[in-house]
Amino acid sequence: MSIRGKAHIVGAYEHPARDLPNHSVQQIHAECAMGALADAGLSIRDVDGFFSTGQLGFGGVSLTEYLGLNPSYIDATFVGGSSYLAHVGHAAAAIAAGKCRVALITQGAKVRGMVRGAKHTVDTPEFSFETVYGETNAGIYALAARRHMHEFGTTAEQLAAVKVAASEYAQYNPNALLRKRVTVEDVVNSPMIADPLHRLDCCVVTDGGGAIVVVAPEIARSLKRPSVSVLGHAEAIKHSGRGLNDFTSTGATQSAPRALAEAGISLSDIDYASIYDSFTITVIMTLEDFGFCKKGQGGSFVADGALGLDGVIPINTDGGGLCNNHPGYQGGLVKIVEAVRQLRGEATPQTQVRDCKLAVAHGTGGGMSRQASVTLVLGRGDA
Amino acid sequence: MDKNDETRKLPVPAPFISPETAPFWSAAKERRLVLPFCTSCNHPIWYPKRFCGACGSLDVEWRQVSGAGEIYSFSLVHRGEGDYRECSFILALVDLDEGARVLTNIVDADTADLKIGQRVRVIFHDAGDGAALPRFTLAQ
Repeated sequence: MSIRGKAHIVGAYEHPARDLPNHSVQQIHAECAMGALADAGLSIRDVDGFFSTGQLGFGGVSLTEYLGLNPSYIDATFVGGSSYLAHVGHAAAAIAAGKCRVALITQGAKVRGMVRGAKHTVDTPEFSFETVYGETNAGIYALAARRHMHEFGTTAEQLAAVKVAASEYAQYNPNALLRKRVTVEDVVNSPMIADPLHRLDCCVVTDGGGAIVVVAPEIARSLKRPSVSVLGHAEAIKHSGRGLNDFTSTGATQSAPRALAEAGISLSDIDYASIYDSFTITVIMTLEDFGFCKKGQGGSFVADGALGLDGVIPINTDGGGLCNNHPGYQGGLVKIVEAVRQLRGEATPQTQVRDCKLAVAHGTGGGMSRQASVTLVLGRGDA
Repeated sequence: MDKNDETRKLPVPAPFISPETAPFWSAAKERRLVLPFCTSCNHPIWYPKRFCGACGSLDVEWRQVSGAGEIYSFSLVHRGEGDYRECSFILALVDLDEGARVLTNIVDADTADLKIGQRVRVIFHDAGDGAALPRFTLAQ
């Protein structure tokens, strides 16, 4: 059994704000929910499946009450920034199995101006063997970047090329947090955060969120807006629970081929990719792990212009997490929204991929010690 | 800038010691590094726990290891979070000779002198209440 073509994305919404000091998190969820439902042409009363990370209050139940939903299916999968990509896959499977017909996925986040505490709380298995040593997300990805440099000769300038490409796109996005174009020199001269990662190698920190509506094919056909078909979905969890974990690759080595196989397409068919970009090194490793270039050659691949609109694979045309938006340290939902824009032909005109038929949206949730990779393959309604 | 002074002032957060991991911390208090090894498949288990993810065995035994290893990767983190918010420090992955890759700090070293593959050895920092935190320093 496969989910290929058994569910369609008909609504996608990214909250336009990046700083929401006077909103509650639940209010952001509600605004996003209504934004995506309006985009789809559906009412909140139509929703019978609800998907969220369950981080607010009592799992997914608190938001169900806040939104007044009466779902026959609920899922509160939390796998970090990849959660929302997993939700689309889970929603498609639930719809294919007849458990629900209109699935709503929401994200709401509010983190700006807040001092972030230690990564893990005392009662977690990680605390006593990692948190006590001061692990941070930037620190753990810095370890990956240094090792990648050591094994493959990747340079700081090549990492910077990922940020430069993001900023080239972000200049056309009026809602992007960082719209200013930057150069390789700007990146390598920005303050060091965790050597070898500079400030401009890191994603933005924003409030906001978004929402996605996934429905059964017959409902998609009854709606006016162009729909996007869910063609493939795969998850892979990478950790050190069975032995040594390398810090130069991601779970995409497993999730990408499985998702493409479910969709029945090959990598060269992909016109656009939303690639999780918590840090510049995340993008380089993920592109290698997908097979867009050979392992170890991601640095020269991106430095040679692969990510531009006329490059091998345009990515993150909204400016990505590096420039546009990374609400609450979780960039997965926005990744889906930009892929949907591209497939509907509704990206910012200067960044629209011509005749965009097939796209992937990919998330890397968590850190390098343990992570959840989730790959979605999406297709234009006629794909 | 000489980082020696800053990394020597590292906080020493107290670990949470549960019955499951108590043998690790008791040994650390005595300045010994021990690891659980699977009694079924002999796999060295990290982080310490009473379960072997390699074969599914619940039976582990705690063995003292050499405390020697080499640097897999390292980073000078300019500002941390939680207890580390006000300091810079060296975060590192060390490959123990016995086959575990551990997240840790390298202390008493300048990042300019560090290289991947360098030999390191364990030292222990007093974490209060009789607990001690293993960290690593360059082997001489």
